[in-house]
Amino acid sequence: MAWNRKHLLTLEELSADEITLILDTANSFKEVSERSVKKVPALRGRTVVLFFHEPSTRTRSSFELAAKRLSADILTIQTASSSLVKGETLIDTLKTLEAMTVDALVVRHSSSGVPALLASVSKASIINAGDGFHEHPSQGLLDLFTIRERKGKIEGLTVTIVGDITHSRVARSNIYGLIKMGAKVRLCAPTTLIPSGIEKWGVEVTHDLTKALTGADVVNVLRLQLERQQKNLFPTIREYSMLFGVTTERLKVAQKDVMVMHPGPMNRGVEISSGVADGPASVIDEQVTNGVAVRMAILFLMMGDKSVSQ
Amino acid sequence: MGSILIQGGHVVDPSQQLDGPADILIENGFIAKVGKNLKAKADRVIDATGLLVTPGLVDMHVHFREPGFEYKETIATGSHAAVAGGVTSVACMPNTNPPIDDQAIVHFIKTKAEQEGHCRVYPIGCISKRREGQEMAEIGELKRAGVVGLSDDGSPIMNAELMRRVLEYAKMLDTVVIDHCEDSNLSNNGSMNEGETATRLGIPGIPAASENVMVARNILLAEMTGARFHAAHVSTAGSVELVRLAKRKGLSVTAETCPHYFALSDRAIRKYDANFKMNPPLRSEEDVAAIRKGLQDGVIDAICTDHAPHASTEKQCEFDKAAFGIVGLETMFPVTYSHLVEPGMVSLSKAVEMMSSNPAKILGIPGGTLAEGSPADVALFDLKTERPVEASKFKSKGRNTPFQGWNLKGWTVMTIVGGVVKYDYKNEG
Repeated sequence: MAWNRKHLLTLEELSADEITLILDTANSFKEVSERSVKKVPALRGRTVVLFFHEPSTRTRSSFELAAKRLSADILTIQTASSSLVKGETLIDTLKTLEAMTVDALVVRHSSSGVPALLASVSKASIINAGDGFHEHPSQGLLDLFTIRERKGKIEGLTVTIVGDITHSRVARSNIYGLIKMGAKVRLCAPTTLIPSGIEKWGVEVTHDLTKALTGADVVNVLRLQLERQQKNLFPTIREYSMLFGVTTERLKVAQKDVMVMHPGPMNRGVEISSGVADGPASVIDEQVTNGVAVRMAILFLMMGDKSVSQ
Repeated sequence: MGSILIQGGHVVDPSQQLDGPADILIENGFIAKVGKNLKAKADRVIDATGLLVTPGLVDMHVHFREPGFEYKETIATGSHAAVAGGVTSVACMPNTNPPIDDQAIVHFIKTKAEQEGHCRVYPIGCISKRREGQEMAEIGELKRAGVVGLSDDGSPIMNAELMRRVLEYAKMLDTVVIDHCEDSNLSNNGSMNEGETATRLGIPGIPAASENVMVARNILLAEMTGARFHAAHVSTAGSVELVRLAKRKGLSVTAETCPHYFALSDRAIRKYDANFKMNPPLRSEEDVAAIRKGLQDGVIDAICTDHAPHASTEKQCEFDKAAFGIVGLETMFPVTYSHLVEPGMVSLSKAVEMMSSNPAKILGIPGGTLAEGSPADVALFDLKTERPVEASKFKSKGRNTPFQGWNLKGWTVMTIVGGVVKYDYKNEG
């Protein structure tokens, strides 16, 4: 199949075939990062804007390297250095960038829906690099890629996502992607961190970590935003860790070959113990490596010469 | 001023139980006669054959933004939008800048309305000084200056003790207290209804309980004080249930809702279009069904617009940063007719009552009737022609409507205020 989308806004809107195409494309790009000369000319002459309206190190670096390894030109705009702080509207900032004839904008924003808003008026491709509590499609895709690479498949696996689902764009993109690819999804969090109505998505919700981990093939541990405690979403970090922290001991009920993921940055000793993070089940570093390949695939499919793409 | 004869229309005037063919004679700004086949002579004869003729509509909840936010709307443009929607009287909310917490602002609004207004404009006064929800405003003086109700609309009165005292004090003044019922702690900076759609969009939610707990509190305080409490823009099944109980107990409690709460649910919010963002937010389909039931049963007394114009830049931006509120004056009747009356949920007469005599009664203002001797405020509607909503043609400065492109019936043909034709679709449409 061929890639026909101008924008990548969500995993919710992608079909299983489209997801597979991205993962397959990423597979062929992964090898580039393993060469001594880590560069191909696929996007030479194309301009990518990294439009980051929220602090980000991982995602931004990953997209930046992905674009560079494809030979694209890069412009990075972060809140502090853009006119956004001068009261310019988002749409006006977008139009200014467009007028400089850029090909794609990789957008990170603290407000849900900003990539969709920009896509509704943009001539350039919009790639969502995480919007509010909505979606983080490239993270969802790199998680799927990592699972598929390790397990050889996604269909039929039991994937447990532990942590603050309410405020997690990573969780939402993972849920959509995993369900489309045929996995069984379990969510585990305190009642206060499970968003309203999510059980309608065909996921299993539990507040018991042992139940959630029993027989799991994959465990994806989410970062706990420590400031949520001040909003009375849980009493103390200590209690959260006691009830929902993933440790080697707790992980014993999972499948023997369980793999553990974390989107980073980790709060060691809070949502995940160092034993797990550094242990044999951890694929956290692989996720980061795969992130570059997946983002190369995304940039290539969105901007590359369609006649050579497949 | 002269005389006008409106001939051949179908007159619906719930205040006199009129629902049938009749002519209306207007003389010197007042209704002189209503009856079949009037043989009177008049300076102007209006052929209303095939049209609906009603008392001019009364919208008890609008935001005209003047003074302070004239870039959003003015009394001139807002009242123009009103008559374009068949509305002849409005009550304007005091969240202006400065707010209507002082007699001088009341006089300013009344003067502006006399000079530039197209319809009757009645100010609502603030409950608290500077709308801060802390200290009672000079509501006795506001009443003397001419406010027809009290509200801090846009903001709730979080302090229950202040609400108690205001209700007590307002009872002495025989003035209705209108509360924007919302517990702001429970709303917690949400931007849309809490539920599956908000979860899908990743938008922080406002739970229905945020409205319900305040409706409940205010009903309890109304019971304690014996004062008149009116629940603004109710949107939840819980509110309808609570008001139903209050009425059963015989309390002086009334309620209003807006067309968007019975015509749209939160599922309509797609693609983060902030023209679907208002406060209270569009609720679940169960809530919509309960609002319709409440309108049917008469638990909800009035339909109003909460007309809240904003500049396009305040809407075409991040959904969570976009302003709350939508315009409604020019679509209230067509949406109500097409989505409440035509599907058979509420009779035409009941709908007209909720948009004319009921709100007039709650506020204690003239209007909402075609009784002989009353001011000649009349609206003529076309119930047959279907037309799409075109925001670009609104008389309001605001284009922020969720109904853009909807095909509706019930468009205004003519609006008469005090015996003067203030809107004629033929000339202005």
